[in-house]
Amino acid sequence: MPNLLELDEVEARYGPVQALRGVSLTVDEGEVVSVLGANGAGKTTTLRAISGTVSRSGTIELSGKALKGGPEAAARAGVAHVPEGRGTFVELTVTENLRLGAYARRDRTIKDDIKRVSEYFPWMLERGGQRAGTLSGGEQQMLALARALMSRPRLLLLDEPSLGLAPMIVREFFRTVRHLNENEGLTVLVVEQDARIALASSARAYVLEVGRVALTGSSAELQGDENVRRSYLGY
Amino acid sequence: MSPRVKQIVGLVSFAIFAVVVLVVPAFIGAFRAQQLAYVGIYLIALLGLNILTGYTGQISLGHGAFMAIGGYTTAILMAGNEQYGQEGVLAVSGGMKDVWTIPIAGLVAGIAGLLFGLPALRLSGLYLALATFAIAVALPSALKRFEEFTGGGSGINLFGIPELTAGISPVEIFGRELVFNDWLYYLCWSIALVLFGVAWLILRGRTGLAFRAVRDSETAAVSSGVSLAQYKTLAFGISAAYAGVAGSLFAIATTFVNPDTFPIALSIFLLVGVVVGGLGGLAGLVFGAIFIQFLPLWAQGEGVFSRLPGFIVDRTKEPGAPAIIYGVVLILLMFFLPNGVGGLFRRVGQALTRWRYSRTA
Amino acid sequence: MLAATFADFMQQVVSGLASGGIYAALALALVIIHRSTGVINFSQGEMATLCTYIAWTLTVNHGWSYWPAFVATLGFSFVFGVATHRVVIRPVERGNVLRVVIVTIGLLIAINGFVVWQWSGEPQALQSPFGTDTIDIGGVVISWQDVGTILVTLGIVVLLWLLFQFTKLGLALRAAAVNPEEARLVGVRVTWMLALGWGLAAVLGAVAGMLTAPSVGLDPQMMQPILIYAFAAAVLGGIDSPFGAVVGGLTLGVMLNVIGVYVDFVGAELKLPVALLVILVVLLVRPSGIFGRPEVKRV
Repeated sequence: MPNLLELDEVEARYGPVQALRGVSLTVDEGEVVSVLGANGAGKTTTLRAISGTVSRSGTIELSGKALKGGPEAAARAGVAHVPEGRGTFVELTVTENLRLGAYARRDRTIKDDIKRVSEYFPWMLERGGQRAGTLSGGEQQMLALARALMSRPRLLLLDEPSLGLAPMIVREFFRTVRHLNENEGLTVLVVEQDARIALASSARAYVLEVGRVALTGSSAELQGDENVRRSYLGY
Repeated sequence: MSPRVKQIVGLVSFAIFAVVVLVVPAFIGAFRAQQLAYVGIYLIALLGLNILTGYTGQISLGHGAFMAIGGYTTAILMAGNEQYGQEGVLAVSGGMKDVWTIPIAGLVAGIAGLLFGLPALRLSGLYLALATFAIAVALPSALKRFEEFTGGGSGINLFGIPELTAGISPVEIFGRELVFNDWLYYLCWSIALVLFGVAWLILRGRTGLAFRAVRDSETAAVSSGVSLAQYKTLAFGISAAYAGVAGSLFAIATTFVNPDTFPIALSIFLLVGVVVGGLGGLAGLVFGAIFIQFLPLWAQGEGVFSRLPGFIVDRTKEPGAPAIIYGVVLILLMFFLPNGVGGLFRRVGQALTRWRYSRTA
Repeated sequence: MLAATFADFMQQVVSGLASGGIYAALALALVIIHRSTGVINFSQGEMATLCTYIAWTLTVNHGWSYWPAFVATLGFSFVFGVATHRVVIRPVERGNVLRVVIVTIGLLIAINGFVVWQWSGEPQALQSPFGTDTIDIGGVVISWQDVGTILVTLGIVVLLWLLFQFTKLGLALRAAAVNPEEARLVGVRVTWMLALGWGLAAVLGAVAGMLTAPSVGLDPQMMQPILIYAFAAAVLGGIDSPFGAVVGGLTLGVMLNVIGVYVDFVGAELKLPVALLVILVVLLVRPSGIFGRPEVKRV
């Protein structure tokens, strides 16, 4: 059975700058996998390559089928990408953000899904009419996550969710992600600067350096190896 | 190419251009000379607008208004108020010779530009474009309204008055007799060449650097100590002064001014000329000026384009057809030459440089 | 005496609302386009003129009756707007704002030329379906034309509001306008949404044109002053606020009418400069307009 996600020698560039020089990784269904590395290593670009936000070459397959085209196509294929900075529609309300999450879906059970999603975030039902821009950073991050869930994704991409958030909020966020993974079998690929919490929340990890995979292993291994931690992960 | 080489190439090209310009009238008729005189006038206006839009990045859809200020200043100074029988505030009895009004017109327009530049500091991009657009559209009505100064709807007539050089009989310059059109040509182009040089000097110095800093990143400019207010207002003032000189020459060339001499279309065409010529560069502006003067004519199947096959030329004579052609040409130019003719020059220059260096490798 | 003056005043208000409705429709078109594509479409008026001529040609040259021609014109204008965006605007909408400005100016010139070329510059008459009768309500005399104008503009504004607020498509349009990158990530085909915005704007313009022609006569320059009033309305209400555009248009219409009649200094022919003055004053005092949100400069 093919992996849910497979990247093989993926390259990507921003104009003249080569950001990815051949990244290969896999994610199995139901896994939480982290992508770690220093600034500029290519972590965000990897997610962008998967969702088609940046032009790329190489093989990217979702359940054996090639992912081609732009972000709209990736969304239709079941990839939910929560970008850096959360990407909430700040001018729209909480409910509208959620409805947009389900945009690519053609079935009619959206109202039920809003209820289902609000079980994890009950405040979203109560404050559905509030403008998303007036939410706190942590709430916006949760909203972005909830919006991604609304599309019933096969793969969830999280880009630096800890950015700009207090440590307690970050912990709560990752706790929610772990719940979703355990209860709903949600497959997650998370890019993080904060290697500690990422490793604590994931089963496996890839460490990127200058656009390539420098290291991979189970999170337990990586956490336990002091050399790795000091050279690659910063702690 | 090193900057030094580029400078020398620039100077040599300019010298050649100047010589050509001064020699041309010997080979062309009076009508053509007048047309080319207008090209010179538009060039002056474009040089000014380029400083504002190409260098400090402020969009003006109202430079026709500054031309109007210059034109009316010249007309009022030349014809005084005698023509429409008012003493009024501007009791300029007896007229001033046309040439002496030109710098005054430039100064008055320049001051107006500085005055406008101050409140304009609060606007940017499209908002500024809208504000200048509003001024340019409102100007004709304002001119009609303040009849005592401006002669109202009928304007001011400069034809045949003694203050107009070569207006009645040819003038003698350096031993040569010049009829009005030839005199006009030399007047406009000598001023244009001088102002071209002045613009070049302004732009290559500290001022030009400051202008470009303002355009490229206001925040960075401020943190480098460039006073935004000072330079943006200065740019408005300089560009308005240029437009004022152009307007003054325009009044002299047309021999009259009235509220419809400087319509909103003029402001629009000036902006078009700057973009087509190439923002920021100076050489391309000559093409911008030619574009403003001649494309409307070519679109009607005149001049050079009358050599096209008959059935094409006939269609262009139908009312509305020239406008269609003009508009489509504009759009196509923006598609294919986004940086104008000047940008094309630069690309060719870069390609040549690369070719030259690749051979020596 | 007083009663007569009050009736006069109300008449001016009503006809001000009618012309204001037209300004509101065109201003709304400008706002939709600016919000979604960041462009000020200088050719919006000419596009409206072209569509109005289509309506005219259908009724006069092809014998259609008014309302079918009206609807067909709306359809044409929608397609025209979408096509204009895809063919002419999309290649230049990113990058230098000046480039797009020049393109819309080129459109203005070309469309105006086309109208003259196709239908000549002679003024024509477009029949109004509302007739020239008037109605008397308690001493206030209003024309059916004004009533009809107010109803039609109100109707189309309400329809658009319903579309934007309550439909999936409307939500997608709004998302694409405020946050195109994120909208793509949820699967919205942003480029088509932008084109749709242009289509809707063209429809609004066509409505404005078809309501203007019966009173001022149909000629190629018909919409030019209206465009300026629409700019004033949009600036007044806030160039990114649809609500502001409508309120701005109605306010401007009433204000211009009332000032024109009651302030001697102004008179009827200075309506245009007053509108321009409004633009200037608003831009200098509060550029984002009454309902707009002040722009936060990103470093």
